Amino acid sequence: MTHVSEDDVRRIVREEIERAFRRDPAARTAAIIASKGTLDWAYPPLILANAAAAVGMDVSVFFTFYGLNIIHRDADRKLKIDPVGNPAMPMPVPIPDIVSALPGMVPMATAMMRSKFAKKNVATVGELLRSAQEAEVRLVACQMTVDVFGYTAGDFIDGVEFGGAAAFMAGARKAHVTLFI
Amino acid sequence: MPDIIEDQLVDARDLMCPMPVMAANRAMRRLQPNQILKVLATDRGSLSDIPAWADANGDELLSSSEDGGVYVFYVRKASEE
Repeated sequence: MTHVSEDDVRRIVREEIERAFRRDPAARTAAIIASKGTLDWAYPPLILANAAAAVGMDVSVFFTFYGLNIIHRDADRKLKIDPVGNPAMPMPVPIPDIVSALPGMVPMATAMMRSKFAKKNVATVGELLRSAQEAEVRLVACQMTVDVFGYTAGDFIDGVEFGGAAAFMAGARKAHVTLFI
Repeated sequence: MPDIIEDQLVDARDLMCPMPVMAANRAMRRLQPNQILKVLATDRGSLSDIPAWADANGDELLSSSEDGGVYVFYVRKASEE
């Protein structure tokens, strides 16, 4: 009989646990909710979905409420940024809310942010969506909010699926990474 | 260090997060096991992103260096299990 030391047993147990972790499908699954429909908030769910796919995860993004703007065919027109009530937004000079509330400020802030991102060569929302789809990220529109906002399937980019909260949860319970954005 | 000869080059210079990793990933998917991918990037996030990406996929980061503001990575694709 060969002798197995305590160290051998520890090593074998550790290796088996590591192997089991690698096989755990939940460690390779991400379920993300995108609930916001402004230009700035369109980025985090798409960047994280792309990154998750790159590290080998199965990713789904559930677009609900204003997040539907992100996958709308008119996303370029719909995604804006409003400087009112957004003190974190970098402005060339401090602008009080009463001025930010004037007509024309939303398009101006939106154009400013777009040009800032373009100058730094950050991918556009459209590019991030295409990249995500190419990496087989599932884009799911929340059927209930689609109906409430009066959208139809044709309002969204090709490849979007439709689903409900229970379908999201059924997937999310088998995902170690779940994010609400 | 002996020179590493890559099988494929990805030029991700000027791209910002997460695009260098996406470009590298796209190219890596087309490589055969044990083939080597070279990635050029200028996004400073790549310094942590490319090694993390390689590790998560079981690929091996052979080297990472900087040359005049350009980060150069060599990654060997995992052998088939």
